[in-house]
Amino acid sequence: MPLVYAGVCSHAPGITGRANQADPTVRDAFYASFDQMRRDIEATKPDALVVIAAEHFANFFMDNMPTFALGMADFYDGPIEDAGWLGIDKFRAPGNRDLSERLIKEVMQTVDVSYAEEWKFDHGIAVPLHFLTPNFDLPIIPANINCQGPPLSPLSRAWAFGEALRRAADALPERIALVGTGGISHWPATPDSGKINEPWDRDFLDRWCRNDRDALLDYDDGTVYTDAGQGGFEIRTFITVSGAAAGATGTVHFYEPIPIFAVGCTVASYDLGATVGVARLI
Amino acid sequence: MSLYYVQKFLYELNRDEGKQQAYMADRDAAIASFELTNEERAALTAPDIGMLFHLGVNGQILMHFAALHQIEWADYLQRMRDGIQAHGPVREGVYAMTGYEGTDVHAKSLGQE
Ligand SMILES: [Fe+2]
Repeated sequence: MPLVYAGVCSHAPGITGRANQADPTVRDAFYASFDQMRRDIEATKPDALVVIAAEHFANFFMDNMPTFALGMADFYDGPIEDAGWLGIDKFRAPGNRDLSERLIKEVMQTVDVSYAEEWKFDHGIAVPLHFLTPNFDLPIIPANINCQGPPLSPLSRAWAFGEALRRAADALPERIALVGTGGISHWPATPDSGKINEPWDRDFLDRWCRNDRDALLDYDDGTVYTDAGQGGFEIRTFITVSGAAAGATGTVHFYEPIPIFAVGCTVASYDLGATVGVARLI
Repeated sequence: MSLYYVQKFLYELNRDEGKQQAYMADRDAAIASFELTNEERAALTAPDIGMLFHLGVNGQILMHFAALHQIEWADYLQRMRDGIQAHGPVREGVYAMTGYEGTDVHAKSLGQE
């Protein structure tokens, strides 16, 4: 079936772990936007949710770092962090090994992707799932883009990964929803934690909503590091979703910097209506 | 200078409760099999969060090591700042400091409480 949903959201651990330290008004508005995203995804009646994440040394390390990876398991445990620290209880999310394998085989036609039959979710996936599938009743297929240990993928390859995921999802009989998670500008887990470059974020989201490939790929890691921090490397996850939604127009449902959450808190999605069928013709 | 092995030890520790228990029981024994300098060994066993940040340990690894030692979030951030103050800029890895004013001042400037 054609891809049924494509969106992006934040995943910073402070969103759940430091919830009581944020201004309740802006926090609750952000949570409400997450709830709306959950309802929007549910309305598409997905068979599985692909989460494109940028994990933080929960599974992958510099001894053998995959640039792109997809999960291929029947279940995934999380969070790998201390449950109290993250504010999310230990859970087991369902997967679907067979569906993953068919998706991976198709993605491999154009992008060399690693697969993992074992995968522990860190906050990069656990925080979005806490809001989007709170009952852990929707099969998850985790995807990862190395955004932590350089050298990192060129942005054009992150876009191509999205195109490959789209082609693969469209070719499957199942209904696949896709969510990318990452920060835009942020300096997480450093002494500058909380710093957010709001104008930079808004400019990036403008490019994202226009699905402007040239503008989205017109960044380099040097200037991203200066303007958007090492957390800005995670724009790859958003760009992958743009590649999957090529030709679509996006809407930002929520964007506000919340310093104690250490990120410009974001919920956005693409209107896939105009693109359905197009990808299959290419 | 063996930042890779410092981080590898912490990566393995963070994801394995058994290793955490072994480290808490005997810190020197837990790091014995890793190729480390004396400075790195001292920082990992103390633990010296500021020194580890100065050496270039990625915060996504370091913050869980701090949590293991019951170091609260604001204290974790302060220890990194103190480490930079005491030892100088981050030696290696992906970090630089930017002179951020801190979350309280920042939130106020956004009209948040
Ligand atoms: Fe992240």
